[in-house]
Amino acid sequence: MLHLLTAVGILVCAIQAIRSRRLIVSALWLAGTSALVALELYLLGAPEIGVIELSVGAGLVTVLFVFAINLTGEEAADLKGLIKEPLAVVVSVLSIVLLGILLVPGVDRAAPSFGEASLKAVLWGNRQLDVILQAALVFCGVLGVLGLLGERESAAAEPGHSEDSE
Amino acid sequence: MNLSVPNIVILIVIGLLGVGAYALLTVRNLIKVVVALQIMVKAAMLALVLAGRLQGQENLGQSLALTVIVADTIVAVVGLALAVEVRRVVGSLDLKALTTLRR
Repeated sequence: MLHLLTAVGILVCAIQAIRSRRLIVSALWLAGTSALVALELYLLGAPEIGVIELSVGAGLVTVLFVFAINLTGEEAADLKGLIKEPLAVVVSVLSIVLLGILLVPGVDRAAPSFGEASLKAVLWGNRQLDVILQAALVFCGVLGVLGLLGERESAAAEPGHSEDSE
Repeated sequence: MNLSVPNIVILIVIGLLGVGAYALLTVRNLIKVVVALQIMVKAAMLALVLAGRLQGQENLGQSLALTVIVADTIVAVVGLALAVEVRRVVGSLDLKALTTLRR
């Protein structure tokens, strides 16, 4: 029952995140989606991933969104799409149906259980390459944050430059 | 189709992917595009955890989901930084304003 309620909540939040006109409201609905996805991950038996998703997805990413929206300013987001609305509906519904046909009949089998190492052993022992890749990604993220922050500094520094030199 | 836990999660995954795909096709604001990507990545993450659980390799699925969370955050950061730069250079967040070709 809780799974079903969470599912409905996730989908409602996601649809509202797309539908809402104001960007800041959209970011807040996205944070709600993240929080509910974290709850669903917890219910699925992955509490570590749930906590990380809650802190990163609902916390950090929302802060980044609010910061970026502050920098760019709120714009009316009711522009018409680049492709026609009915075509977009048909394509997305078709892809959903195809995916559903592919996935739904196959998921009710019993889980085979292998003897498996712990999360720590799998993450740090078996997948070192991914950890290296994550380090590289975090470096890219730092550069991205510098891009976000540097924008404000350069915008603020240009008018203030003459005052500094005086 | 009964509403067992894997089926409910599959429904969430399909729904989130559908919403994200529709948004990517229709939305023109750059920040909204990043929102749509975030929604689709959340579906992928749930699917990885569910697949690990169904195959009896929960920890492998969870560690892959962790990688997805990191990659997803970096995509958001770089996308938002790009949006800020585009807004500064072009003066608008509209995707259509980015192209210099006539449509």
